[in-house]
Amino acid sequence: MKPSAGRWCLAGALLWAALALPPVRHALESAMTLHMLVQIPLLALAGAWLAQGTPRWLERSLAAWNHRGISGLLLASLAGLAWMLPLALDAALNDPWTELAKFLSVPLLIGAPVALSWPRAGFVVRGIVLLELIATMLRLGWLYLISPERLCSNYLLDDQQRLGRMLLVIGFAVLLILVWKLMWGHVGGHATHDD
Amino acid sequence: MKVLRTLLASLLLLAAGLAVLAVATHGFRAYTSETARRIDIREHPRTVPSTPLQTADGQRTSFGELRGRWLLVDFIYTRCLTYCSVQGSEFARLQQELAGPIAADKVALLSISFDPARDDPTALADYQRRHGDRGTGWIAARPVDRAGLAELLHRFGVVAVPDGIGGFVHNAAIAVVDPGGRIVAILDWNDWQAAAGYVRRSLRS
Repeated sequence: MKPSAGRWCLAGALLWAALALPPVRHALESAMTLHMLVQIPLLALAGAWLAQGTPRWLERSLAAWNHRGISGLLLASLAGLAWMLPLALDAALNDPWTELAKFLSVPLLIGAPVALSWPRAGFVVRGIVLLELIATMLRLGWLYLISPERLCSNYLLDDQQRLGRMLLVIGFAVLLILVWKLMWGHVGGHATHDD
Repeated sequence: MKVLRTLLASLLLLAAGLAVLAVATHGFRAYTSETARRIDIREHPRTVPSTPLQTADGQRTSFGELRGRWLLVDFIYTRCLTYCSVQGSEFARLQQELAGPIAADKVALLSISFDPARDDPTALADYQRRHGDRGTGWIAARPVDRAGLAELLHRFGVVAVPDGIGGFVHNAAIAVVDPGGRIVAILDWNDWQAAAGYVRRSLRS
């Protein structure tokens, strides 16, 4: 733990608690766009901040199973996949247990593993994760934009189409940033000696 | 060592992740809650609650009283001006198509309002008239109390959300309830042929 870690950890806990406040929760779940592009990413961010407080012994034992961050990033991808299913969003609204599962799994199974794994990942692993992320945003965005039917029973069609447009915009923006960094910056992190 | 452990951890995570996804998606068959509801009801029929209802002629009835015949049920609100207003004509069409089994008291059609505050018996009767009700076998009703409405919507898996311009958007469908009072199928709201065919087949077998 670095000296500033305690503060990050506290910030993560406060963010998590703030997102769980009923008025905030209802506001961020009132639209599909807010639910997917604000609430879930902020929950992941809370988890990433919380992970800064991981004690050194735990970090070391996790790292022994997390060569180049592969296991952690795989875990985050699988959890992310689950929360991208339209039926998962519906279930989070209609069933309190699913909502609880979301509030626990997004920080702990997406945000925290990404925070612990990304610094260990090299160029290839980062490249794969980023390309898959971009491809997923473009695919989902396109699907939401063109689907004539509502994919979530709780949300309106125009909301779904707005989310589709925003996913396309964000997907292309990340792609542009990535291309920019590939040409003029660096993506790979520092190749740490790692076995 | 570390590489092998990572491989092992990744394989375990992948297996666990796929197992969770398989359960959540009914074996990778459902990605939306509407599909999941249809699969779930088809494979695990649900008992309808005996919610008290008030019909368009002001009488009381309930699912309990309607047992013993096949029911085709849809959820409506009478002010609907968009696609759900077509639900009424679909039911009028079904009424005509199933006139025989209806006359034999083997089938009944039931439209339930999820907006009971506005849909009083007058509004319900007007809704049926507007869509060409032929007089027998089509009941329009509203739940008598809020708790009954919530229970019905939950059991049928109906979600109605405000559309922002004073109306609602909902997952319209035609639900099939068997003579034993179990919801056995959810069919497309705009496919009266499929609903009529389902009932005919069930009556034959």
